[in-house]
Amino acid sequence: MFKFHYKLETKAIALVLAIIGVSSIGGLVEIAPLFTIDQTVEEAPDMRVLTPLELAGRNVYIREGCNACHSQMIRTLRDEVERYGAYSRAVESQYDHPMLWGSKRTGPDLARVGNKYSDAWHAAHLINPRTLVPQSVMPAYPWLARTRLRTDDLPLHLTRLRTLGVPYTDAMIANAAADAAGQATPNTDRAWGVAERYGEATNVRDFDGATGAPTELDALVAYLQMLGRQTSIAEEPAAEGGE
Amino acid sequence: MVSELTTGQRQMALTFLAMLALLGLFVAAFGRADPIGGHGWLVLVFSLLSLFAVLTNYYDPEPAADRSAAYYDAPVKAGIIIAMIWAVIGMFVGAWVAWLLVNPDLTFVEEAWASFGRLRPVHTTAVIFGFGGNALIATSFYVVQRTSRTRLAGHLSPLFVLWGYNLFCLLAVTGYLWGINQSKEYAEPEWYADLWLVIVWVAYFVLYLRTLARRKEPHIYVANWYYLAFILVVAVLHIVNGLALPLSWAQAKSYSLFAGVQDAMTQWWYGHNAVAFFLTAGFLGMMYYYLPKRAERPIFSYRLSIISFWGITFFYMWAGSHHLHYTALPHWVQTLGMTFSVMLLIPSWASAGNALLTLNGAWHKVRDDATLRFMFIAAVFYGLSTFEGSFMAIRSVNALSHYTDWTVGHVHAGALGWVAMITFGAIYASVPWLWKRKTMWSPALVEVHFWLALAGTLIYVFAMWNSGIIQGLMWRTYNESGTLAYSFLESVEAMHPYYIARAVGGSFFLLGALVACYNIWMTIRAPQPAGALQDDHPQERTDPVLEAGR
Ligand code: HEC
Ligand code: HEM
Repeated sequence: MFKFHYKLETKAIALVLAIIGVSSIGGLVEIAPLFTIDQTVEEAPDMRVLTPLELAGRNVYIREGCNACHSQMIRTLRDEVERYGAYSRAVESQYDHPMLWGSKRTGPDLARVGNKYSDAWHAAHLINPRTLVPQSVMPAYPWLARTRLRTDDLPLHLTRLRTLGVPYTDAMIANAAADAAGQATPNTDRAWGVAERYGEATNVRDFDGATGAPTELDALVAYLQMLGRQTSIAEEPAAEGGE
Repeated sequence: MVSELTTGQRQMALTFLAMLALLGLFVAAFGRADPIGGHGWLVLVFSLLSLFAVLTNYYDPEPAADRSAAYYDAPVKAGIIIAMIWAVIGMFVGAWVAWLLVNPDLTFVEEAWASFGRLRPVHTTAVIFGFGGNALIATSFYVVQRTSRTRLAGHLSPLFVLWGYNLFCLLAVTGYLWGINQSKEYAEPEWYADLWLVIVWVAYFVLYLRTLARRKEPHIYVANWYYLAFILVVAVLHIVNGLALPLSWAQAKSYSLFAGVQDAMTQWWYGHNAVAFFLTAGFLGMMYYYLPKRAERPIFSYRLSIISFWGITFFYMWAGSHHLHYTALPHWVQTLGMTFSVMLLIPSWASAGNALLTLNGAWHKVRDDATLRFMFIAAVFYGLSTFEGSFMAIRSVNALSHYTDWTVGHVHAGALGWVAMITFGAIYASVPWLWKRKTMWSPALVEVHFWLALAGTLIYVFAMWNSGIIQGLMWRTYNESGTLAYSFLESVEAMHPYYIARAVGGSFFLLGALVACYNIWMTIRAPQPAGALQDDHPQERTDPVLEAGR
């Protein structure tokens, strides 16, 4: 080995090729097999896609870096399952480009925070967490309530995601901007359209508590209220447990 | 720097900058409804300022005809100064986010850009890529010339690499503040910044290879193996993990090609190996040159160098999945990640041991010379944090440590103790060599910096070990009735004193970096004493310290 290296280090190109060869093996062995989807990701026929409003909320979540403090991945440990709910399944982040599993819990895991609190709680909490939780170290996000959500490019967002394999239909793409507004204005024609395209279980509410065009706060709360509710796979009793 | 270029090269630089300015203008115009428009303006202004700088020196005398006989150190000098600027920015923001976790209302302004989630990636990017990256580029330029006894292969391309790389860093950091963020850890910049970095990186690689091809030494010195691995593997990681589909050419937002589990595995294959090949291999390259040079003793064992190098190159790439224990990632991948992480200890300690044994016999120098002591402490922290890393990769340990401050403590034992210390050592060694001074302006201030840095690191790391382990235990403790004993909020409250301690330790570290800046500034500015060092020309024969290290 030492003799071989002694020769290798006299040839730059050979050294380069050796480094590439030796370093690629690990990634190839570990990553390539994961793309055989059916063995990596379980089936969940009821898995639904994010609505345009929820998707926009997810993008706000990314933009503000909520994932710097919050994970969305409940591990298969007993205490985590008891604290946050059933452990996270691979299929639940199947459509997440990119995933938001996170690596740091300065705040609690959010994988199943949907429906844990009311919309009003979330709105007030995001505007200033310390009005509800005085000891919180979470930042205040007052500008979300003031900023109108950009909806005109939502069809493009859905189109790109469809290219990547997220099953958005033509109708979903064509109505994306209207659906975003509709989901935040219940009891209108546009609101019925959302339920029709995305299922009856979709939350159609005035998330930020203020009427008018949807704000970024509407979108973010809609997203949070959906977390953990895209499929019921984790509610099946057989899957419960952990170590 | 312009004075190092011929008129023809100056014209090329001007043409290139004008074209880039034009590109910036296009992006600013077509992307005006999108955050990307701001980046168009940034490129435009940055290019125009550089254009202006070249123009004002355009009529400087041409460089001497025999310039190729000397080493090309202008980009090295610039790189070191820029690295120190990024160090101050990055550590300042680090201290700021540390204080934000003590008191979240310390944002001063109620603006989006000043919130924790946006500032945190500014901190990580500014210290890793700004400070670390510029230090790596500058020292690699320095080292490859000395160990190959030849001048860098190009006049414009080293400047392009440095300039282009810093444009990337600026795009990254300003992007987060404006809300442009891909959310992939340590790969947060969006697609266009990623593409730009690919161009810069290819230029860097070609330059490095061409310089090696000109070497007057039959053998490639060990420091260059590491620098090469750093350049190559970072390119592969960056390209694969960054694959994404932009909304359109005039919008910043893109969607990653990967989703869910596959994305998680790709991301941590990237993330862990960014640590391995950026923050470890690159800085090992630094260590393998500056430590023996400063101690004036050859590397202890050539064979250990070889074992360590190939071990690191092979094992690290398997280890990423230890970031995903107990998650939805298939079990066999987690187990592989854990196994290889534990085996990684062997090549890691081979390098740490090699460094420490090199110092064996020069302990009086370590005692008297703070610069060498920086490198010594760096090797110690390298050994400690790789041990800790292998330990934390064990599934059952990771069950406790993951998601907690323990990880942050581990990261900073490596980042402050290893990366920053070896860099400060290398910078203190090379500044007098580069500017032809006998020593730094004030060796006493180097000493002050050393103790500030060491105290800061220890306070930081101990605070995070404590808070991390307490946090982990509180989350999993049950009371007699079999229910969880603590609410999440109680664990948040328990962190408070440790967050104060961490912020204080971090502030010490920042203060040290400021002292370093002042000292470097004065070394450059102070008049030159007689008998200054001359290492600016290739020597006739191999450097004995490097020769014997083989
Ligand atoms: C500095 C770290 C930090 C950041 C950044 C942060 N949070 Fe939090 N978050 C916390 C902490 C700490 C708590 C627990 C205390 C509380 O409820 O306020 C929390 C609690 C929460 C909760 C309640 C969870 C529960 O189960 O009780 C939600 C929802 C939440 N955050 C959403 C967000 C969103 C959305 C963002 C981004 C816009 C965000 N957080 C950014 C730290 C953070
Ligand atoms: C003045 C010195 C520094 C201070 C005060 C500081 C502070 C911080 C803080 C407060 C965080 C966020 C932790 C959290 O979210 O809980 C952080 C994260 C981080 N810092 Fe630093 N830091 C410093 C120097 C450095 C240096 C020099 C480096 C690298 C060379 C570095 C690399 C990182 C990394 C990689 C993270 C992310 C850790 C993770 O996600 O686990 N830091 N730092």
